[in-house]
Amino acid sequence: MSILIDKNTRVVVQGLTGKEGSFHARQCINYGTKIVAGVTPGKGGQKWEKEVPLYNTVREAVTEQGANASLIFVPPLYAADAVMEAADSQVDLIVCITEGIPSKDEVRMKAFLNEKNVRMIGPNCPGIITPEECKMGIMPGYIHKKGKVGVVSRSGTLTYEAVWQITESGLGESTCVGIGGDPVPGMTHKDILELFAEDDETEGIVLIGEIGGTMEEEAAEFIKTISKPVVAFIAGQTAPPGRRMGHAGAIIAGGKGTAKEKMEALEKAGAVVVKSPTEIGRTMKELLG
Amino acid sequence: MKVHEYQAKELLSKFGVPVPKGKVAFLPEEAYQIAKVIGGSVVVKSQIHAGGRGKGKFKDGYVGGVKIAKDAEEAKEIASRMLGNVLVTHQTGKEGKKVEKVYITEASDIQKEYYLGIVLDRAKEQNVIMASTEGGVEIEKVAAETPEKIFKSWVHPVFGLQRYQVRELGFLLGFKGDQFKQFCELLEKLYRAHEECDATLTEINPLITTKDGRVLALDAKMNFDDNALLRQLEIASFRDLTEEDPLEVEASRYDLNYIRLDGTIGCMVNGAGLAMATMDVITLEGGMPANFLDVGGSATSERVKNAFKILLSDKNVKSVLINIFGGIVRCDVIAEGVIEAAKEIQITVPVVVRLQGTNSEKGMELLQNSGHNFLTAKDLKEAAKLSVASQRET
Repeated sequence: MSILIDKNTRVVVQGLTGKEGSFHARQCINYGTKIVAGVTPGKGGQKWEKEVPLYNTVREAVTEQGANASLIFVPPLYAADAVMEAADSQVDLIVCITEGIPSKDEVRMKAFLNEKNVRMIGPNCPGIITPEECKMGIMPGYIHKKGKVGVVSRSGTLTYEAVWQITESGLGESTCVGIGGDPVPGMTHKDILELFAEDDETEGIVLIGEIGGTMEEEAAEFIKTISKPVVAFIAGQTAPPGRRMGHAGAIIAGGKGTAKEKMEALEKAGAVVVKSPTEIGRTMKELLG
Repeated sequence: MKVHEYQAKELLSKFGVPVPKGKVAFLPEEAYQIAKVIGGSVVVKSQIHAGGRGKGKFKDGYVGGVKIAKDAEEAKEIASRMLGNVLVTHQTGKEGKKVEKVYITEASDIQKEYYLGIVLDRAKEQNVIMASTEGGVEIEKVAAETPEKIFKSWVHPVFGLQRYQVRELGFLLGFKGDQFKQFCELLEKLYRAHEECDATLTEINPLITTKDGRVLALDAKMNFDDNALLRQLEIASFRDLTEEDPLEVEASRYDLNYIRLDGTIGCMVNGAGLAMATMDVITLEGGMPANFLDVGGSATSERVKNAFKILLSDKNVKSVLINIFGGIVRCDVIAEGVIEAAKEIQITVPVVVRLQGTNSEKGMELLQNSGHNFLTAKDLKEAAKLSVASQRET
C-alpha cells in the first residue's frame, strides 16, 4: 500500500503543452506514471508528442480516458481556475505545481474545494511520488526507493535532501508528499499524517516543516494520537522575523510562526525533532532499527 | 510589497475612504506651496517604509519624523530639516532610512483614536478585520496586554463582507449617530480597496473621530501581494527602489530570491526550504549566514553567475557556501555558472561547494579541473564546517 497514488493512478496533465508541463510530463512518463490525457483549451482533438490525447476540458479527459488525478502546470494567474475546473470534473486528487498564485485566488479556490469531494496537494509544491509506481510532480525520480518511510514536507529540494538520506539508509519511502510553501495550501501536514497513520506500508514518518503559520502545531496535536515514530525538522531556525524567506508562506509575522514554537510543540507531542537536516535519515534508521 | 503612507492614502481615497487633505513633497519649496494651499497648521510626515516615525530621531540629532507646523513657513523649515536626513526608528535598525519625501497633510483635531486592520488569517483561510478602541499604539502591544479590546470579524472569501459584520464592529467600537454611519461606509470602502488591490495588509492606525464630527483615516499602511503585481500594474509602479537594499534590488532583476543578513558566510542554494536549512546548519556549526539566496528550481548558468556576483559584492562575506541538490537543476550547469563567474570577478574568499543529485559527479569534476581553488564537500554538514573553518584561516 501507499497513500493517494499508486500504479493504477490515471493522470491528466493540465497545461501539458506548455514548456514546464511538457518537460515534466515526459519525466513522469519515463518514471512509469500513466499519463492518459492532457488538457489545453483550444487544442482538443490533437495529440501531444503523437502519444497523449489532448482535450479542451478536464471533464472530457475524465469521461474519455478515465483520468482520476490531475497534475497542474498552468501559469499563476490562471491556475486557480484550472484547479476549480479539475475539482468540478470528479477527479479524486489534484496536484498543483504552479508557483506564484495570488493569495486572494488561493483563498477563493480553497473555499471552492471545500464544497467538493476532492483532495489537493500544493500549490507551489514539488508534488507527490509513490516510489517505483507513480510520480506526479517535478522531483528527481531516481533518488527514491520503495520502502517504509512516509515523508511529508513544505519544501522541495530540502525534501530531496531528506529522501536521499532515507534511501541511502536502506529504509526507502512508502510515499513522499510535498504539500508546498504557500500560505493557504490544499492538504496540510495533518491531513497527510492521517493517511500515513492508516497506511500499513508506512512504518515511520518524516515531517519537514518551516517557519510561518500554525500547520506544524496542528500536526503535533495529531502526532499525540499515533504510535508510529515521527522524525521532524523545521527549517528557518535562524530566519529573521518579518522577511518572506522565498516561500510566500515562510514568514514570521507578529512574532508568530517561529521555528522554536513549532519544534517545542512537536517535541511535546512525542516526535523526535532534529536540529540539523543532516540528521534526518540517521535518526529514522535508529528508530526503525 | 510595501508602499508609502501617501501612496496608500491616494489609493484609499480613490475608493472613497476619507483621509485628511494632503500631498507629497520632494523639496522644501513644494512643502511650502502645499501647506499654503491646505491653509492653517499642517503636519509634516517623513515618508519611509518603517513605523515609529513620530518617536524617531534623525542622525543629526533632530527629533521626530512627524511634526506639526503652524504655517507654511514652518512647514518649509521642517521639511528642509527632514529631507535628505536619515531617520532612525525602532523598526529601521540603527542604520536608519534616508528621507526622500515628506507628506504634508492638514492638522486634524483629534477627538478619539481607534485601530482598524485587515489581514489574511491563514488558519481560518479567510481575511480577518481587527478593530480596537485602542488606536495610535502598536496593535501587537494591545493584543498582548488587553486582548479583550480587540474585536475580530472574519470575511467569507466568496460572499464577501456583510453589512451586519460592519454594523457589529461599529457598535462594539461604540460609534453612534452620524459617526456610526460614517464608520460603516469607511469600513466597507476600506475592505473593497483591500480586496480589489490584492493587499495582504491594510492598517489604519489611528482611525480618528475629529472634534467637528468626522471619521478619518489619519494614518494608512498597506502591503501588497507580490504574486498579484502582474495584474496590479498601478500598484506595481508604486515600488520605491530607494527603500530596498541595493543588492536585493539587483537580485530581483535576475529573479533571484535574496535577503541580506548580518553574518559572514555567503550562501547560494537551490530551493527556499533548503536555503533556510543551510542557514540553520551554518549556525549550528558556529558560523553566521550573510544572506538567504535561492537560485530557484530552474537555475541556468547565467543566473548562477549573477547570483554569485551579488553574493560576493557584500563586503561582509568572508567565505562562500554553495549547496545544490540537483533535481531538475543539473549540477554541471551550476558548476559552469560558478566557473564563469570566477573568470569575470576576482574571488578573494574561500568558496566551498557541495553538489548532490543529478550530474553531481560531472559538476564536481568541472570545478576541480577549473584551475580555481574551490573547496568541495560531500555532504551539507561537512560543507558548513568547511565554510566556517576556512574563514577563520583567512
